[in-house]
Amino acid sequence: MTACAPAVEEVFRRESGRVLATLIRLLGDFDLAEEARQEAFTAAVEQWAAAGVPANPRAWLISTGRNRAIDRIRRDAVFRTKVQGREAASAEADADAAPDEWDDAAFGDDRLRLIFTCCHPALSSEAQIALTMRAVCGLATQAVARAFLVSEETMAQRLVRAKKKIRDAGIPYETPEPPLLNQRLQGVLAVVYGVFTEGYAATSGTRLVDAELCGEAIRLGKLLDELLPKNPAVLGLLALMLLHDARRAARESGAGDVILLEDQDRTLWDREKIAQGLALVDQALSVPGGLSAYAVQAAIAALHVRARKKEDTDWPQIVGLYEVLLRLQPSPVIELNHAVAVSMVDGAARALDLLDSLRARGQVGEYHLFHAARGRLLQQLGRLGEAGEAYRAALRLATLEPERRLLASRIASIGEAPAGA
Amino acid sequence: MQYLLLIYANEAEMAGRTPAAIASMTAEYTEFTKGIIQAGQFKAGDRLKPTSSATTVRIRNGQVSTTDGPFAETREQLGGYYLIEAKNLDEATGVAARIPGAKIGSIEVRPIWPPAA
Repeated sequence: MTACAPAVEEVFRRESGRVLATLIRLLGDFDLAEEARQEAFTAAVEQWAAAGVPANPRAWLISTGRNRAIDRIRRDAVFRTKVQGREAASAEADADAAPDEWDDAAFGDDRLRLIFTCCHPALSSEAQIALTMRAVCGLATQAVARAFLVSEETMAQRLVRAKKKIRDAGIPYETPEPPLLNQRLQGVLAVVYGVFTEGYAATSGTRLVDAELCGEAIRLGKLLDELLPKNPAVLGLLALMLLHDARRAARESGAGDVILLEDQDRTLWDREKIAQGLALVDQALSVPGGLSAYAVQAAIAALHVRARKKEDTDWPQIVGLYEVLLRLQPSPVIELNHAVAVSMVDGAARALDLLDSLRARGQVGEYHLFHAARGRLLQQLGRLGEAGEAYRAALRLATLEPERRLLASRIASIGEAPAGA
Repeated sequence: MQYLLLIYANEAEMAGRTPAAIASMTAEYTEFTKGIIQAGQFKAGDRLKPTSSATTVRIRNGQVSTTDGPFAETREQLGGYYLIEAKNLDEATGVAARIPGAKIGSIEVRPIWPPAA
Protein backbone atom coordinates (compact mmCIF):
# COMPACT_ATOMS: atom_id res chain seq x y z
CA MET A 1 0.00 0.00 0.00
CA THR A 2 1.26 3.46 -0.86
CA ALA A 3 0.98 6.70 1.06
CA CYS A 4 -2.13 7.81 -0.85
CA ALA A 5 -3.99 4.56 -0.14
CA PRO A 6 -6.34 5.99 2.54
CA ALA A 7 -7.38 8.83 0.20
CA VAL A 8 -7.95 6.33 -2.61
CA GLU A 9 -9.96 4.11 -0.34
CA GLU A 10 -12.10 7.05 0.70
CA VAL A 11 -12.79 7.88 -2.97
CA PHE A 12 -13.71 4.24 -3.65
CA ARG A 13 -16.10 4.14 -0.74
CA ARG A 14 -17.78 7.39 -1.71
CA GLU A 15 -17.93 6.78 -5.48
CA SER A 16 -18.43 3.05 -5.75
CA GLY A 17 -22.25 3.16 -6.07
CA ARG A 18 -22.31 6.12 -8.45
CA VAL A 19 -19.62 4.64 -10.69
CA LEU A 20 -21.46 1.32 -10.90
CA ALA A 21 -24.82 2.98 -11.58
CA THR A 22 -23.44 4.94 -14.52
CA LEU A 23 -21.40 2.03 -15.88
CA ILE A 24 -24.53 -0.17 -15.90
CA ARG A 25 -26.30 2.46 -18.01
CA LEU A 26 -23.33 2.88 -20.36
CA LEU A 27 -22.64 -0.84 -20.75
CA GLY A 28 -26.18 -2.22 -20.45
CA ASP A 29 -25.13 -5.14 -18.26
CA PHE A 30 -24.71 -5.57 -14.48
CA ASP A 31 -21.87 -8.10 -14.57
CA LEU A 32 -19.91 -6.26 -17.22
CA ALA A 33 -20.29 -3.02 -15.23
CA GLU A 34 -19.10 -4.69 -12.01
CA GLU A 35 -16.03 -6.06 -13.77
CA ALA A 36 -15.37 -2.67 -15.35
CA ARG A 37 -15.60 -0.94 -11.98
CA GLN A 38 -13.20 -3.46 -10.50
CA GLU A 39 -10.72 -2.89 -13.32
CA ALA A 40 -11.04 0.89 -12.96
CA PHE A 41 -10.35 0.68 -9.22
CA THR A 42 -7.35 -1.58 -9.79
CA ALA A 43 -5.99 0.85 -12.38
CA ALA A 44 -6.59 3.74 -9.98
CA VAL A 45 -4.57 2.13 -7.21
CA GLU A 46 -1.61 1.80 -9.60
CA GLN A 47 -1.84 5.15 -11.35
CA TRP A 48 -2.99 7.44 -8.55
CA ALA A 49 -0.08 6.31 -6.38
CA ALA A 50 2.29 7.88 -8.89
CA ALA A 51 0.23 10.75 -10.31
CA GLY A 52 -2.02 11.55 -7.34
CA VAL A 53 -5.83 11.50 -7.20
CA PRO A 54 -7.23 13.27 -10.31
CA ALA A 55 -9.36 16.41 -10.02
CA ASN A 56 -12.55 14.51 -10.90
CA PRO A 57 -11.96 10.96 -9.64
CA ARG A 58 -15.51 9.88 -10.46
CA ALA A 59 -15.22 10.82 -14.15
CA TRP A 60 -11.78 9.17 -14.26
CA LEU A 61 -13.14 5.92 -12.81
CA ILE A 62 -16.15 5.86 -15.13
CA SER A 63 -14.20 6.63 -18.26
CA THR A 64 -11.45 4.14 -17.36
CA GLY A 65 -14.00 1.45 -16.52
CA ARG A 66 -15.95 2.08 -19.69
CA ASN A 67 -12.85 2.03 -21.88
CA ARG A 68 -11.62 -1.21 -20.32
CA ALA A 69 -15.04 -2.80 -20.84
CA ILE A 70 -15.15 -1.72 -24.46
CA ASP A 71 -11.67 -3.11 -25.05
CA ARG A 72 -12.95 -6.32 -23.59
CA ILE A 73 -16.09 -6.28 -25.79
CA ARG A 74 -13.95 -5.72 -28.87
CA ARG A 75 -11.56 -8.56 -28.20
CA ASP A 76 -13.86 -11.01 -26.47
CA ALA A 77 -15.56 -13.15 -29.10
CA VAL A 78 -17.28 -15.21 -26.41
CA PHE A 79 -18.94 -12.07 -25.13
CA ARG A 80 -20.15 -11.15 -28.61
CA THR A 81 -21.94 -14.42 -29.05
CA LYS A 82 -23.36 -14.17 -25.55
CA VAL A 83 -25.11 -10.82 -25.86
CA GLN A 84 -25.36 -10.43 -29.63
CA GLY A 85 -24.52 -7.09 -31.15
CA ARG A 86 -27.08 -4.87 -29.47
CA GLU A 87 -25.47 -4.04 -26.13
CA ALA A 88 -22.03 -3.92 -27.67
CA ALA A 89 -23.23 -1.45 -30.28
CA SER A 90 -24.97 0.74 -27.72
CA ALA A 91 -21.93 0.65 -25.44
CA GLU A 92 -19.69 1.67 -28.31
CA ALA A 93 -22.06 4.50 -29.23
CA ASP A 94 -22.14 5.72 -25.63
CA ALA A 95 -18.37 5.48 -25.50
CA ASP A 96 -18.23 8.44 -27.86
CA ALA A 97 -20.18 10.61 -25.39
CA ALA A 98 -17.96 13.29 -23.89
CA PRO A 99 -17.24 12.94 -20.16
CA ASP A 100 -18.59 16.45 -19.48
CA GLU A 101 -22.06 15.16 -20.36
CA TRP A 102 -21.98 13.24 -17.08
CA ASP A 103 -23.19 16.07 -14.93
CA ASP A 104 -24.43 15.58 -11.40
CA ALA A 105 -28.06 15.38 -12.50
CA ALA A 106 -27.20 12.46 -14.77
CA PHE A 107 -25.41 10.70 -11.92
CA GLY A 108 -28.45 11.21 -9.71
CA ASP A 109 -30.68 9.74 -12.41
CA ASP A 110 -28.38 6.74 -12.76
CA ARG A 111 -28.49 6.00 -9.04
CA LEU A 112 -32.28 6.27 -9.04
CA ARG A 113 -32.40 3.95 -12.08
CA LEU A 114 -30.22 1.50 -10.20
CA ILE A 115 -32.46 1.59 -7.11
CA PHE A 116 -35.65 1.09 -9.12
CA THR A 117 -34.06 -1.76 -11.07
CA CYS A 118 -32.79 -3.53 -7.94
CA CYS A 119 -36.23 -3.11 -6.29
CA HIS A 120 -38.22 -4.21 -9.34
CA PRO A 121 -41.32 -6.17 -8.26
CA ALA A 122 -40.51 -8.91 -10.79
CA LEU A 123 -37.64 -9.89 -8.45
CA SER A 124 -38.38 -11.76 -5.22
CA SER A 125 -38.32 -9.52 -2.15
CA GLU A 126 -35.24 -11.36 -0.85
CA ALA A 127 -33.46 -10.74 -4.14
CA GLN A 128 -34.51 -7.08 -4.12
CA ILE A 129 -32.98 -6.49 -0.69
CA ALA A 130 -29.81 -8.44 -1.45
CA LEU A 131 -29.24 -6.72 -4.78
CA THR A 132 -29.88 -3.28 -3.32
CA MET A 133 -27.38 -3.86 -0.53
CA ARG A 134 -24.80 -5.21 -2.93
CA ALA A 135 -25.20 -2.84 -5.88
CA VAL A 136 -26.56 0.37 -4.34
CA CYS A 137 -24.95 0.29 -0.88
CA GLY A 138 -21.82 -1.39 -2.24
CA LEU A 139 -21.62 -3.96 0.58
CA ALA A 140 -19.46 -7.00 -0.11
CA THR A 141 -21.36 -10.21 -0.87
CA GLN A 142 -19.93 -11.63 2.36
CA ALA A 143 -21.39 -8.73 4.39
CA VAL A 144 -24.81 -9.12 2.74
CA ALA A 145 -24.69 -12.87 3.44
CA ARG A 146 -23.87 -12.23 7.09
CA ALA A 147 -26.79 -9.82 7.41
CA PHE A 148 -29.20 -12.49 6.19
CA LEU A 149 -27.57 -15.34 8.09
CA VAL A 150 -26.86 -17.34 4.95
CA SER A 151 -23.56 -18.59 3.57
CA GLU A 152 -21.59 -16.43 1.18
CA GLU A 153 -22.12 -19.05 -1.51
CA THR A 154 -25.91 -18.99 -1.07
CA MET A 155 -25.93 -15.20 -1.24
CA ALA A 156 -23.67 -15.19 -4.31
CA GLN A 157 -26.07 -17.58 -6.06
CA ARG A 158 -29.04 -15.42 -5.08
CA LEU A 159 -27.33 -12.37 -6.61
CA VAL A 160 -26.41 -14.26 -9.79
CA ARG A 161 -30.03 -15.42 -10.19
CA ALA A 162 -31.33 -11.88 -9.66
CA LYS A 163 -28.98 -10.42 -12.27
CA LYS A 164 -29.90 -13.21 -14.70
CA LYS A 165 -33.60 -12.43 -14.21
CA ILE A 166 -32.95 -8.73 -14.92
CA ARG A 167 -31.19 -9.67 -18.16
CA ASP A 168 -33.50 -12.47 -19.32
CA ALA A 169 -36.83 -10.86 -18.45
CA GLY A 170 -35.84 -7.47 -19.83
CA ILE A 171 -36.27 -5.57 -16.55
CA PRO A 172 -35.61 -1.99 -17.64
CA TYR A 173 -32.79 0.15 -16.29
CA GLU A 174 -35.14 3.07 -15.85
CA THR A 175 -36.89 5.21 -13.31
CA PRO A 176 -40.59 4.56 -13.95
CA GLU A 177 -42.77 7.35 -15.34
CA PRO A 178 -45.07 9.19 -12.89
CA PRO A 179 -48.23 7.03 -13.15
CA LEU A 180 -46.15 4.00 -12.13
CA LEU A 181 -43.59 5.88 -10.04
CA ASN A 182 -45.55 6.11 -6.80
CA GLN A 183 -46.64 2.50 -6.87
CA ARG A 184 -43.08 1.32 -7.57
CA LEU A 185 -41.70 3.70 -4.95
CA GLN A 186 -43.72 1.81 -2.34
CA GLY A 187 -41.72 -1.29 -3.25
CA VAL A 188 -38.43 0.61 -3.02
CA LEU A 189 -39.35 1.97 0.41
CA ALA A 190 -40.33 -1.52 1.56
CA VAL A 191 -36.84 -2.70 0.58
CA VAL A 192 -35.16 0.18 2.43
CA TYR A 193 -37.30 -0.43 5.51
CA GLY A 194 -36.59 -4.16 5.16
CA VAL A 195 -32.85 -3.47 5.34
CA PHE A 196 -33.43 -1.25 8.37
CA THR A 197 -35.61 -3.70 10.30
CA GLU A 198 -33.20 -6.52 9.48
CA GLY A 199 -30.61 -4.41 11.29
CA TYR A 200 -32.89 -3.08 14.02
CA ALA A 201 -34.51 -6.32 15.07
CA ALA A 202 -32.81 -9.28 13.50
CA THR A 203 -35.41 -12.00 13.22
CA SER A 204 -33.27 -14.76 14.66
CA GLY A 205 -29.88 -15.40 16.13
CA THR A 206 -27.99 -13.73 18.91
CA ARG A 207 -27.64 -10.13 17.73
CA LEU A 208 -30.36 -7.67 18.64
CA VAL A 209 -29.10 -4.72 16.63
CA ASP A 210 -26.86 -4.51 13.60
CA ALA A 211 -25.79 -0.88 13.45
CA GLU A 212 -24.20 -1.22 10.03
CA LEU A 213 -27.44 -2.30 8.38
CA CYS A 214 -29.40 0.50 10.11
CA GLY A 215 -26.79 2.98 8.91
CA GLU A 216 -26.99 1.69 5.32
CA ALA A 217 -30.79 1.92 5.33
CA ILE A 218 -30.67 5.50 6.59
CA ARG A 219 -28.07 6.35 3.94
CA LEU A 220 -30.42 4.89 1.30
CA GLY A 221 -33.29 6.93 2.73
CA LYS A 222 -31.22 10.12 2.54
CA LEU A 223 -30.22 9.28 -1.02
CA LEU A 224 -33.87 8.80 -2.00
CA ASP A 225 -34.77 12.09 -0.33
CA GLU A 226 -32.03 13.80 -2.32
CA LEU A 227 -33.17 12.18 -5.59
CA LEU A 228 -36.95 12.49 -5.02
CA PRO A 229 -37.25 15.60 -2.84
CA LYS A 230 -40.43 16.51 -0.91
CA ASN A 231 -41.98 13.07 -1.26
CA PRO A 232 -44.11 12.46 1.87
CA ALA A 233 -43.47 8.70 1.93
CA VAL A 234 -39.69 9.11 1.57
CA LEU A 235 -39.61 11.85 4.23
CA GLY A 236 -41.81 9.76 6.52
CA LEU A 237 -39.69 6.63 6.18
CA LEU A 238 -36.43 8.53 6.72
CA ALA A 239 -37.91 10.20 9.81
CA LEU A 240 -39.15 6.86 11.12
CA MET A 241 -35.75 5.20 10.71
CA LEU A 242 -33.88 8.11 12.33
CA LEU A 243 -36.24 8.21 15.30
CA HIS A 244 -35.94 4.45 15.85
CA ASP A 245 -32.20 4.49 15.33
CA ALA A 246 -31.81 7.40 17.77
CA ARG A 247 -32.84 4.99 20.54
CA ARG A 248 -30.45 2.25 19.46
CA ALA A 249 -27.88 2.72 22.23
CA ALA A 250 -30.62 2.52 24.88
CA ARG A 251 -32.32 -0.57 23.46
CA GLU A 252 -29.73 -3.10 24.42
CA SER A 253 -27.95 -3.60 27.76
CA GLY A 254 -24.22 -4.23 28.01
CA ALA A 255 -25.08 -7.92 28.33
CA GLY A 256 -27.09 -7.83 25.08
CA ASP A 257 -30.48 -7.90 26.80
CA VAL A 258 -33.56 -6.12 25.44
CA ILE A 259 -34.48 -2.89 27.22
CA LEU A 260 -38.08 -1.89 26.49
CA LEU A 261 -38.94 1.70 25.61
CA GLU A 262 -40.44 2.42 29.03
CA ASP A 263 -37.29 1.26 30.85
CA GLN A 264 -34.75 2.93 28.55
CA ASP A 265 -32.26 5.50 29.83
CA ARG A 266 -33.49 8.46 27.80
CA THR A 267 -30.20 10.32 28.22
CA LEU A 268 -28.65 7.70 25.90
CA TRP A 269 -30.94 8.69 23.03
CA ASP A 270 -29.15 10.39 20.14
CA ARG A 271 -30.43 13.98 20.29
CA GLU A 272 -29.05 14.90 16.89
CA LYS A 273 -30.85 12.07 15.12
CA ILE A 274 -34.01 12.94 17.07
CA ALA A 275 -33.80 16.58 15.94
CA GLN A 276 -33.33 15.47 12.31
CA GLY A 277 -36.17 12.98 12.61
CA LEU A 278 -38.59 15.45 14.19
CA ALA A 279 -37.90 18.04 11.49
CA LEU A 280 -38.53 15.41 8.80
CA VAL A 281 -41.82 14.30 10.43
CA ASP A 282 -43.05 17.89 10.27
CA GLN A 283 -42.05 18.13 6.61
CA ALA A 284 -43.65 14.77 5.77
CA LEU A 285 -46.94 15.74 7.39
CA SER A 286 -47.01 19.17 5.77
CA VAL A 287 -46.57 18.01 2.14
CA PRO A 288 -49.98 18.47 0.50
CA GLY A 289 -51.60 15.35 -0.92
CA GLY A 290 -51.60 11.76 0.31
CA LEU A 291 -50.83 10.98 3.93
CA SER A 292 -48.15 8.32 4.08
CA ALA A 293 -48.32 5.41 6.52
CA TYR A 294 -44.58 5.86 7.16
CA ALA A 295 -45.18 9.49 8.14
CA VAL A 296 -47.89 8.45 10.61
CA GLN A 297 -45.60 5.80 12.12
CA ALA A 298 -42.87 8.44 12.35
CA ALA A 299 -45.31 10.80 14.08
CA ILE A 300 -45.98 8.06 16.66
CA ALA A 301 -42.23 7.55 17.17
CA ALA A 302 -41.89 11.34 17.49
CA LEU A 303 -44.41 11.43 20.34
CA HIS A 304 -42.37 8.78 22.16
CA VAL A 305 -39.06 10.60 21.81
CA ARG A 306 -40.56 14.00 22.64
CA ALA A 307 -41.36 12.73 26.16
CA ARG A 308 -38.37 13.41 28.42
CA LYS A 309 -39.90 11.06 31.00
CA LYS A 310 -42.10 8.09 30.16
CA GLU A 311 -44.93 9.66 32.23
CA ASP A 312 -44.93 12.61 29.80
CA THR A 313 -45.85 10.41 26.82
CA ASP A 314 -48.96 11.69 25.03
CA TRP A 315 -50.77 8.35 24.88
CA PRO A 316 -54.20 9.67 23.79
CA GLN A 317 -52.60 11.20 20.71
CA ILE A 318 -50.68 7.98 20.04
CA VAL A 319 -53.95 6.01 20.19
CA GLY A 320 -55.45 8.49 17.70
CA LEU A 321 -52.50 8.11 15.32
CA TYR A 322 -52.74 4.31 15.46
CA GLU A 323 -56.40 4.67 14.47
CA VAL A 324 -55.35 6.78 11.47
CA LEU A 325 -52.76 4.15 10.62
CA LEU A 326 -55.34 1.35 10.87
CA ARG A 327 -57.46 3.14 8.28
CA LEU A 328 -54.45 3.70 5.96
CA GLN A 329 -52.87 0.29 6.29
CA PRO A 330 -54.85 -2.20 8.39
CA SER A 331 -52.72 -5.04 9.78
CA PRO A 332 -52.73 -7.33 12.84
CA VAL A 333 -49.39 -5.86 14.00
CA ILE A 334 -50.80 -2.33 14.00
CA GLU A 335 -53.93 -3.55 15.79
CA LEU A 336 -51.66 -5.06 18.43
CA ASN A 337 -49.74 -1.82 18.88
CA HIS A 338 -52.99 0.11 18.99
CA ALA A 339 -54.27 -2.14 21.77
CA VAL A 340 -51.08 -1.61 23.79
CA ALA A 341 -51.51 2.17 23.43
CA VAL A 342 -55.16 1.86 24.49
CA SER A 343 -54.04 0.09 27.67
CA MET A 344 -52.13 3.25 28.61
CA VAL A 345 -55.26 5.41 28.20
CA ASP A 346 -58.25 3.22 29.06
CA GLY A 347 -56.56 0.49 31.09
CA ALA A 348 -55.50 -3.12 30.62
CA ALA A 349 -59.02 -4.62 30.65
CA ARG A 350 -60.16 -2.61 27.61
CA ALA A 351 -56.93 -3.45 25.77
CA LEU A 352 -57.33 -7.15 26.57
CA ASP A 353 -60.80 -7.09 24.95
CA LEU A 354 -59.19 -5.68 21.79
CA LEU A 355 -56.52 -8.39 21.80
CA ASP A 356 -59.05 -11.16 22.32
CA SER A 357 -61.09 -9.84 19.41
CA LEU A 358 -57.92 -9.74 17.30
CA ARG A 359 -57.13 -13.33 18.21
CA ALA A 360 -60.68 -14.47 17.49
CA ARG A 361 -60.09 -13.40 13.89
CA GLY A 362 -57.25 -15.93 13.85
CA GLN A 363 -54.34 -13.89 12.50
CA VAL A 364 -51.89 -13.60 15.38
CA GLY A 365 -51.70 -17.04 16.98
CA GLU A 366 -48.14 -17.62 15.76
CA TYR A 367 -46.87 -14.09 16.51
CA HIS A 368 -44.76 -14.09 19.68
CA LEU A 369 -45.23 -10.39 20.43
CA PHE A 370 -49.01 -10.88 20.54
CA HIS A 371 -48.65 -13.40 23.37
CA ALA A 372 -46.03 -11.27 25.11
CA ALA A 373 -48.32 -8.22 25.05
CA ARG A 374 -51.29 -10.28 26.21
CA GLY A 375 -49.22 -11.69 29.09
CA ARG A 376 -48.26 -8.18 30.11
CA LEU A 377 -51.91 -7.04 30.24
CA LEU A 378 -52.96 -10.15 32.19
CA GLN A 379 -50.09 -9.55 34.62
CA GLN A 380 -51.26 -5.97 35.12
CA LEU A 381 -54.76 -7.26 35.85
CA GLY A 382 -53.34 -9.67 38.44
CA ARG A 383 -54.35 -12.76 36.41
CA LEU A 384 -50.92 -14.26 36.94
CA GLY A 385 -51.67 -17.87 35.96
CA GLU A 386 -53.00 -16.82 32.55
CA ALA A 387 -50.16 -14.31 32.21
CA GLY A 388 -47.63 -17.11 32.72
CA GLU A 389 -49.35 -19.21 30.05
CA ALA A 390 -49.25 -16.31 27.60
CA TYR A 391 -45.55 -15.65 28.28
CA ARG A 392 -44.76 -19.33 27.81
CA ALA A 393 -46.64 -19.30 24.47
CA ALA A 394 -44.55 -16.27 23.46
CA LEU A 395 -41.33 -18.00 24.50
CA ARG A 396 -42.17 -21.04 22.37
CA LEU A 397 -42.53 -18.80 19.30
CA ALA A 398 -39.70 -16.29 19.86
CA THR A 399 -36.45 -16.99 17.99
CA LEU A 400 -34.21 -14.05 18.95
CA GLU A 401 -32.07 -14.84 22.01
CA PRO A 402 -32.38 -11.43 23.78
CA GLU A 403 -36.19 -11.54 23.43
CA ARG A 404 -36.23 -15.08 24.79
CA ARG A 405 -34.24 -13.99 27.85
CA LEU A 406 -36.67 -11.12 28.46
CA LEU A 407 -39.64 -13.50 28.30
CA ALA A 408 -37.92 -16.00 30.58
CA SER A 409 -37.33 -13.23 33.13
CA ARG A 410 -41.02 -12.25 32.93
CA ILE A 411 -42.03 -15.84 33.62
CA ALA A 412 -39.60 -15.95 36.55
CA SER A 413 -41.01 -12.68 37.93
CA ILE A 414 -44.49 -14.20 38.01
CA GLY A 415 -43.13 -17.30 39.69
CA GLU A 416 -41.80 -15.18 42.51
CA ALA A 417 -45.11 -13.39 42.99
CA PRO A 418 -47.14 -14.49 46.01
CA ALA A 419 -50.65 -15.97 45.90
CA GLY A 420 -52.38 -16.68 42.60
CA ALA A 421 -49.37 -17.63 40.51
CA MET B 1 -37.93 -8.07 -27.03
CA GLN B 2 -40.76 -10.50 -27.58
CA TYR B 3 -42.90 -11.76 -24.75
CA LEU B 4 -45.48 -14.51 -24.63
CA LEU B 5 -48.43 -13.56 -22.43
CA LEU B 6 -50.08 -16.75 -21.21
CA ILE B 7 -53.67 -16.31 -20.09
CA TYR B 8 -54.71 -18.61 -17.25
CA ALA B 9 -58.22 -18.93 -15.83
CA ASN B 10 -60.40 -21.42 -14.04
CA GLU B 11 -62.17 -23.30 -16.86
CA ALA B 12 -65.08 -24.44 -14.70
CA GLU B 13 -65.83 -20.85 -13.74
CA MET B 14 -65.41 -19.71 -17.33
CA ALA B 15 -67.85 -22.37 -18.53
CA GLY B 16 -70.43 -21.24 -15.98
CA ARG B 17 -70.66 -17.66 -17.24
CA THR B 18 -73.91 -16.16 -18.54
CA PRO B 19 -74.19 -15.47 -22.29
CA ALA B 20 -74.23 -11.74 -21.50
CA ALA B 21 -70.95 -12.03 -19.57
CA ILE B 22 -69.37 -13.98 -22.44
CA ALA B 23 -70.52 -11.40 -24.99
CA SER B 24 -69.17 -8.53 -22.94
CA MET B 25 -65.78 -10.18 -22.46
CA THR B 26 -65.55 -11.03 -26.16
CA ALA B 27 -66.16 -7.36 -26.94
CA GLU B 28 -63.42 -6.36 -24.46
CA TYR B 29 -60.98 -8.78 -26.07
CA THR B 30 -61.79 -7.47 -29.55
CA GLU B 31 -61.10 -3.92 -28.42
CA PHE B 32 -57.92 -4.86 -26.56
CA THR B 33 -56.56 -6.79 -29.56
CA LYS B 34 -57.30 -3.87 -31.91
CA GLY B 35 -55.45 -1.58 -29.49
CA ILE B 36 -52.24 -3.61 -29.42
CA ILE B 37 -52.34 -4.12 -33.20
CA GLN B 38 -52.55 -0.34 -33.66
CA ALA B 39 -49.71 0.16 -31.14
CA GLY B 40 -47.53 -2.22 -33.18
CA GLN B 41 -47.17 -4.60 -30.22
CA PHE B 42 -49.27 -7.51 -31.53
CA LYS B 43 -47.43 -10.47 -33.09
CA ALA B 44 -49.95 -13.27 -32.56
CA GLY B 45 -52.74 -14.28 -30.26
CA ASP B 46 -55.28 -17.09 -29.97
CA ARG B 47 -57.90 -18.56 -27.73
CA LEU B 48 -57.42 -22.24 -26.89
CA LYS B 49 -60.09 -24.93 -26.68
CA PRO B 50 -60.57 -26.23 -23.11
CA THR B 51 -58.17 -28.71 -21.48
CA SER B 52 -60.85 -31.43 -21.92
CA SER B 53 -59.70 -31.38 -25.56
CA ALA B 54 -56.00 -31.56 -24.61
CA THR B 55 -53.69 -34.47 -25.30
CA THR B 56 -50.23 -34.86 -23.77
CA VAL B 57 -47.43 -36.58 -25.67
CA ARG B 58 -44.20 -37.89 -24.15
CA ILE B 59 -41.40 -40.14 -25.33
CA ARG B 60 -40.12 -42.51 -22.64
CA ASN B 61 -37.63 -45.29 -23.36
CA GLY B 62 -38.06 -44.55 -27.05
CA GLN B 63 -41.82 -45.17 -26.87
CA VAL B 64 -44.35 -42.46 -27.69
CA SER B 65 -46.98 -42.24 -24.99
CA THR B 66 -50.16 -40.28 -25.69
CA THR B 67 -52.46 -39.49 -22.77
CA ASP B 68 -55.67 -37.61 -22.22
CA GLY B 69 -55.60 -34.17 -20.64
CA PRO B 70 -53.04 -31.51 -19.84
CA PHE B 71 -49.60 -32.20 -18.34
CA ALA B 72 -50.44 -30.88 -14.87
CA GLU B 73 -53.62 -30.57 -12.84
CA THR B 74 -53.84 -26.96 -11.69
CA ARG B 75 -56.53 -24.64 -10.38
CA GLU B 76 -56.17 -22.36 -13.40
CA GLN B 77 -55.71 -23.61 -16.93
CA LEU B 78 -54.03 -22.10 -19.98
CA GLY B 79 -56.84 -20.65 -22.08
CA GLY B 80 -55.12 -18.40 -24.59
CA TYR B 81 -52.05 -16.34 -25.38
CA TYR B 82 -50.70 -13.23 -27.01
CA LEU B 83 -47.25 -12.93 -28.51
CA ILE B 84 -46.17 -9.29 -28.31
CA GLU B 85 -43.23 -7.02 -29.02
CA ALA B 86 -42.30 -4.74 -26.09
CA LYS B 87 -39.25 -2.67 -25.30
CA ASN B 88 -38.91 -4.13 -21.82
CA LEU B 89 -40.65 -6.00 -19.01
CA ASP B 90 -42.51 -2.91 -17.77
CA GLU B 91 -44.11 -2.41 -21.19
CA ALA B 92 -44.95 -6.14 -21.38
CA THR B 93 -46.55 -6.22 -17.92
CA GLY B 94 -48.43 -3.03 -18.84
CA VAL B 95 -49.95 -4.85 -21.85
CA ALA B 96 -50.61 -7.96 -19.73
CA ALA B 97 -52.51 -5.88 -17.17
CA ARG B 98 -54.87 -4.69 -19.91
CA ILE B 99 -55.83 -8.22 -21.04
CA PRO B 100 -59.50 -8.63 -20.03
CA GLY B 101 -58.73 -12.09 -18.57
CA ALA B 102 -56.36 -10.51 -15.98
CA LYS B 103 -59.45 -9.46 -14.01
CA ILE B 104 -60.62 -13.04 -13.46
CA GLY B 105 -57.52 -15.18 -13.98
CA SER B 106 -53.83 -14.43 -14.24
CA ILE B 107 -51.32 -13.65 -16.97
CA GLU B 108 -47.86 -15.20 -17.02
CA VAL B 109 -45.34 -13.01 -18.83
CA ARG B 110 -42.52 -14.99 -20.46
CA PRO B 111 -39.68 -13.46 -22.44
CA ILE B 112 -38.84 -15.26 -25.68
CA TRP B 113 -35.23 -16.26 -26.38
CA PRO B 114 -33.92 -14.39 -29.39
CA PRO B 115 -33.24 -16.73 -32.34
CA ALA B 116 -29.80 -18.34 -32.07
CA ALA B 117 -27.14 -16.48 -34.08
